[in-house]
Formats: sequence, structure tokens, C-alpha cells
Amino acid sequence: MEKATRDAFGETLLELGKKNNKIVALSADLQDSTKAILFQKEFSDRFVNVGIAEQDLVGIGAGYALEGFIPYVSSFASFLTTRPFDMIRMLACYNNLNIKIVATHTGVTVGEDGGSAQMLEDIAIMRALPNMVVLCPADAVETKKMVEKIANYNGPVYLRLARAKYPVITDPEKTFEIGKGEILREGNDVTLVGTGLMVSKALEAAEVLASDGIEARVVNMSSIKPIDRDLLIKCAKETGKIMTLEEHQVIGGLGGAVCEVLSAEYPVPVKIIGVENRFGQSGKADELLEEYKLDSKSIVEKAKAFIRG
Amino acid sequence: MDIKELQRKSVEIRKDILKVIYEAQSGHPGGSLSAVEILLALYKERMKYDPKNPKWEERDRFIMSKGHATPVLYTVLSDAGFFPKEELSGFRKFGKMLQGHAYRNIPGVELSTGSLGMGLSVGVGMALASNLKKSSYNVFVLMGDGEIQEGSVWEAAMSAGHHKLSNLCAIIDYNKVQENGFVNEIKNLEPLGERWKSFNWNVIEIDGHDFDDIFRALDDFMVEKGRPTVIIANTVKGKGIDFMEYDNNWHGKAPNTDQYLEALLQLDNSKD
Repeated sequence: MEKATRDAFGETLLELGKKNNKIVALSADLQDSTKAILFQKEFSDRFVNVGIAEQDLVGIGAGYALEGFIPYVSSFASFLTTRPFDMIRMLACYNNLNIKIVATHTGVTVGEDGGSAQMLEDIAIMRALPNMVVLCPADAVETKKMVEKIANYNGPVYLRLARAKYPVITDPEKTFEIGKGEILREGNDVTLVGTGLMVSKALEAAEVLASDGIEARVVNMSSIKPIDRDLLIKCAKETGKIMTLEEHQVIGGLGGAVCEVLSAEYPVPVKIIGVENRFGQSGKADELLEEYKLDSKSIVEKAKAFIRG
Repeated sequence: MDIKELQRKSVEIRKDILKVIYEAQSGHPGGSLSAVEILLALYKERMKYDPKNPKWEERDRFIMSKGHATPVLYTVLSDAGFFPKEELSGFRKFGKMLQGHAYRNIPGVELSTGSLGMGLSVGVGMALASNLKKSSYNVFVLMGDGEIQEGSVWEAAMSAGHHKLSNLCAIIDYNKVQENGFVNEIKNLEPLGERWKSFNWNVIEIDGHDFDDIFRALDDFMVEKGRPTVIIANTVKGKGIDFMEYDNNWHGKAPNTDQYLEALLQLDNSKD
């Protein structure tokens, strides 16, 4: 089964809205694409389309948060993270407001729209902010849990979603905790720590590696900040090598977060797989994953070289 | 308070503003001295609030969008009873409550600011939230004149006009001077009233140092229906101290001892 995380966001937001009248949703005229439109149709009085004005979007959201509402502010990641970054820093984080920033259309899998729309720097800039929680679900099932969970967490949250359909790989029965990662596959030769779509890719790669006699552990690190330090240290101790995978620049993303923990707590060789200091471009999602070496075949090759090295 | 008492109070506040900046040897006198009457009119006469219960749900909201004007904000909040006057001596000092720019953990401060151009959007959100809650509080946002060169202000202005937020009142401290010179030379705001009118705002232009004028404008806002109000308050940067008036060098500088004593003398003499 495949499903886009943005679809799970729209459906879950609608359900939350039915249960909690403090939930409000704001959009900068992209609710048809972010799927917040499902909420708008049911709760027009608790929905604001601010027009194409992302600075105003975050500012108005902050006003609702100050008045005791729980605003879910959504747009494409490339517009929602950088244009109003000052507002996110000052209003969401410095004021420490209960505002949920939901960014869709991350990674090269945005596809045809090209490099301007393929956000690849958001983890780095969002996780640098004090007070900010940064989450990136591995699939639609986990997205649902996160959208629900963050409503009950009091503080700013950045939720990183995508346009592409992701394979469903997580267990709906397991609960999601902020700050916890999860081992999805056991192995002791190397640990593949992924986030977002790259968790699926890591599982695919691990299957291929197993046929070559390499047992790769796979971890879903969907909570990037706070990150699961204990789990990272455990994996470093037990597998000796860590490879991180993200649909994001290698600079400042999940890989950086992992290295920040391990370099201080239990240094082991770490290989960061991500986009190497380039912008995206137009194409089909799969073509782009191949071009940027984020497909499972490339991961297998890199993992083998890393283990041999 | 009658006008005479308010005028006496404004001299007192100006002396406190200079004192906190002098003691900190840091801070922004120019844009604090220009906004004294505006804040006193709000906090002494027109705004609903309870200093013993700063988060009282029915209170009117005040956002200091020009977040550097903390000397006037903190002295007026302290005068209104939100925190003891002794706290003022900790202004801008390590480990003390009164941060350099407006900070939300301080009783009476609604929003931490310091990056210009954000307060109006937050005010729009609070006004929309008031409507959703069916509350009756009003939202006041004080902005600097240089501040409205920020594009985000006009995004918010468009939103407020579109949503017909009659519970939102923007006040522009139009003191004509910004950090590096005169506003009209750096980036002219005129025709300022016309601009706000074209965004569907009720525009009132006043003398921002004249209490009668300020009250007339605030009362006009209270009865205005169907659109937000902007009060363009013509003021003097550094008002009350002759060597600070209209001088951009006093935007963000503390007086030395001689200058401080001279300023106090001028304020004392202005009482008669």
C-alpha cells in the first residue's frame, strides 16, 4: 500500500477538528495541495486562507496561538520555511508558541515542478532553532499519529511532509513518541538510520544487502529533534558503523544531528547519504531519486563500500 | 486622570525613560520619548486590563511591534502596576527580567518583539481569534514609522482590511526619523493616509502628543464598524529634550552624565 503523507495530514486534521474546537488551520492559498482543504470544507469558521503571504500566515497563526487556539499552519516547504523564517524564529520559537508548522512538498520527489519547489534545506534550518521540534514521518500511518500527537504537545513543531506516495511500512498499533526512534529491521553489520521516504529505501536496500550476507539494521528516525540519543548510541555500540539517509542536503540535516550525538557520546564511522550540495530539477520522482543517488540500488552500493572501507 | 494630570505623568515617564537608559548605558530614547502620550492614553484611560491578572481573558491586547521602545513600555507597565518600579533598574542587565527588547515573560507584555514588521500580523490573528471566541476585547498594535517599510506590514494591512477587523487598531508613531536619518529621505511613506485608506482602513491623523487628540482618535476607533482603524500619530522623535529632538543619533544611544542631567533639567522646567 502507498499513500502520501500530505493526504494523511489532511484527513487527520479534519478528524482532530471534529474532536477539538481549539484546532484552527491556516493556509497561504495552497490548501488544495497540502490537503488542509478537507478541514476548510467542514470548518470554514476555523480556517483562514491568508492569500499568498507566508509572513502574514505565520504571524496570524501566532496570534491564534496566543489566544489559546492550536493553529496548524501549512504550505509548501519551500515557501513556508524560508520566506517567513524570521517569523518562525521570533514568533513561533522565541515566543515559544503552540503553533504547528506543516510543510508539504519536501525532497526531490516533488518531481516535475523542479528545483524551486523541491525543499532540501528545511531540516537544517528548522532544527537550528531553540524550542523547535522537528518531525519527519516515514509513511502515512506515522503521519496520522504525529498530527494527533503534536496537538497535545505545547510548543512549536515543524512537521515535514511530502507530495509523493510513500509505501506504508510502520505499524498502526505502535504509539509514536516525540524523541523516540524505532528499529524496523535487526542486523549487526551496519545501521541505516533514515527519515521520511528514505526509511523505505533503507528497508529495500537492507533486503538486497541480506542476500549478499550483510545484515543491516534499519532505524526510522522520524523524530529528528529531539533525537533518540540512546538508540543512536546503542546502534553505534552494536553495529560499529552508521549510515544516515535523508531526502535533504547532507549539510545540516539528519546526518548532522546523528554526528552531533555520536561525536560526543560514542564516535564511530558515519556516512551521510543525502543530496550533495545541489538543487533539485524537473523529472519524475524515481528518475530524480536515481540521479541524486537516493534510490535503493545506490544505497546498496554505498553501504557495501562503507562496510568494506 | 484629567489632562493636566496626564501631562504631569508624561513628564514623570520621560524622566523614568531617561533614567533606565542612563543606568543601563544602553537603549532607545528617541522612539520611546515620542510614544509617551500614546501609551499613557491607552494605559491610563482607554484600555481594559488588570495588572494583578495580566492574562485576564477580557483585557484589551497591546502589542509593542516596535520592540526596541521598551523604555517607554516598561516604565508605563510598571506605572500601571504590572511589576514593581524597582525592576526598572535591571533594564538590559544580565539575569534580570527586563530584556532589551519586548519580552513576553514580563507581566503585561503580550508578545516578544525586536524584529520589526511582525506585530500587525499577530494583531490580525488575535482579532480574528477574538471574533471566533465571540470575545469583546480590542487589539492595539503600536508600530514605528520606519517599521512600516517592512513588506510584511502590508500583508497584514491587506488581511485586516479584507476581514473587516473593527476590533483592531494600529497606531503609527510617526516621529519622522529612523536610525540613519529622516524617513522621507530614506524611503518616503507618503501619502501615508491614502495608502492605508486604499487597504480599506479607517484612517485618523492626529497630534500624537496631544491627549485630547489621542482620545478623540481612540473613541472614533471604538465606534467604527466594519473596518480596522489606523491612527497616524504625528510625533517628535526624542520629544521633550531639545538636543534629542529629530536627531537620528538618539535613536539607540544612552546619554552621558552631563546629557542626562541636562535632560532632566529640561523636563523639570517643562512642568510649569
